Amino acid sequence: MFKRLENLPTLQPGDKQRDLLWPITTLGGLALLLWQHTLGLIILIGQLLIDVIYLIRHPIYIPWREISANLYRTGAQALGITALVGFLIGIVISYLSSKQLQLFGADIFIINILGISIIRELGPMLAAILVAGRSGSSMTAQLGVMRVTQELDALTVMGISHSQRLILPKVLGLGIAMPLLVIWTSAIALLGGMVAAELQLGLNYQYFLTALPDSVPIANLWLGLGKGVVCGMVIALIACHFGLRIKPNTESLGEGTTSSVVTAITVVIIIDAIFAIIFSDVGLT
Amino acid sequence: MTNPECIIEIESLSTRFGNLVVHQDINLCVLRGELLTLIGGSGSGKTTLLRQMLGLEQPSQGSVKIFGSSRKDPGFNRQRKKIRSRSGVLFQQGALFSALSVFDNIALPLRELHTLSEEMIRDLVMIKLDMVAIGPEHANKMPAALSGGMIKRIALARALALDPELLFLDEPTAGLDPELSESFVELILALRSEMDLTIVMVTHDLDTLVALSDRIAVLADQQIIVTGTLDEVCNFQHPFTTSFFKSMRHKTDQKNYPEQIWKTVPMPL
Repeated sequence: MFKRLENLPTLQPGDKQRDLLWPITTLGGLALLLWQHTLGLIILIGQLLIDVIYLIRHPIYIPWREISANLYRTGAQALGITALVGFLIGIVISYLSSKQLQLFGADIFIINILGISIIRELGPMLAAILVAGRSGSSMTAQLGVMRVTQELDALTVMGISHSQRLILPKVLGLGIAMPLLVIWTSAIALLGGMVAAELQLGLNYQYFLTALPDSVPIANLWLGLGKGVVCGMVIALIACHFGLRIKPNTESLGEGTTSSVVTAITVVIIIDAIFAIIFSDVGLT
Repeated sequence: MTNPECIIEIESLSTRFGNLVVHQDINLCVLRGELLTLIGGSGSGKTTLLRQMLGLEQPSQGSVKIFGSSRKDPGFNRQRKKIRSRSGVLFQQGALFSALSVFDNIALPLRELHTLSEEMIRDLVMIKLDMVAIGPEHANKMPAALSGGMIKRIALARALALDPELLFLDEPTAGLDPELSESFVELILALRSEMDLTIVMVTHDLDTLVALSDRIAVLADQQIIVTGTLDEVCNFQHPFTTSFFKSMRHKTDQKNYPEQIWKTVPMPL
């Protein structure tokens, strides 16, 4: 044993080359990665558009079952958590604002504050962020595991297109489910706000409900719904994009899921900002 | 020119991953009705070559023709569905869809045709399950509830669902115990005589190799160094083949000279 060790030549592990330009290469690598993601997303969107045209011409291939399954998984099963979060946020906002409003004796404006902020901003954003964390991660993980178990390859070999059978139903399903979830979240948040306003300010429920449509222009509701549709489809797209990029190993699976959720939430907030700028003169007067 | 006998024709194919050359100038022809086994050391690119035959990966150079049509031909996309339904694949881990039951897994390729009635599909699925010796009581189980051997059998049933002419097997007996793998080999032999299949197989298992192969292609040094029958490949002089078949020679030697073994075994006291 020792003799053998003695006779062994001293083996050096391959030298890791120290690159002096590492800040530039790292930066360049990041920029390239961003470019790759953008390119990948654009290709994915293009592929989906081609699929939609194909399905319109051949309606027999429309994956109804998958769409309804996604609707149930991303929509119906998210009702509980969105309701809970919406209700609590509604109570908190109503409680804090009514304290401030009481100082000025402007109690009645609680309806305006709650109505505008929840229907226009908070409802869609809460729903979108919850869905991005909940459904986005599950979509990415699902596609990733299908890659690991070679199910994606099996689909390709059977001549079933991934985009048509897996991605399009997810994007459409979430595009339909999100606006419905937005309405649900906004309604529950308003309910929470109404309860808190009654307790804090003694504002009558009936008065709250009748004054709400007068103080909130209907455009805000459409804006919230529009945000829901766009955010829903974008979340599904990003989740699927990251899911398809996952390499067949566990490390990549965890990494892909994390970056999918982080990206989805960031993009949702960016979309919200874009909406706020574009529609800055709609529904506020 | 396409040889009419060639179902798969690989012409001067090269594969590179970055600077790593995996295949260089590979030519291979899979004849109708034969069972070709692809062997080679780890990392020699067997699986990559199989994936290129399946169209899951693109070679860096060269072409793969299946049923006489290449990916580069115009009109290939139109033919793709037809080619898909003429070939079946058994993946190494089975790759059953974990969201679907056993029945739905086998029914999926049939449903994709959109021409069969639900009753017909049910009958066909039950026939395929029977072919791979899986009882009807397992039809409604989920893949997670099945043993490895059953998953392989069901994956084989799914690969055979459309009665393909061409079947790809990726390590069909890896991960099975000897008894199961023997019965799997018998199953493939039986199916082959029934269905007139052309089979391309990748395997490491010597017993499977000996029991099934008509021809063997050896992948080493980035090339197919030899193709031929078992004897031809066995006698081919190359470091890889000699070491690969060494253990098998032991076995055949032992079979041929049983009395010698008897002599070398110490006498029982």
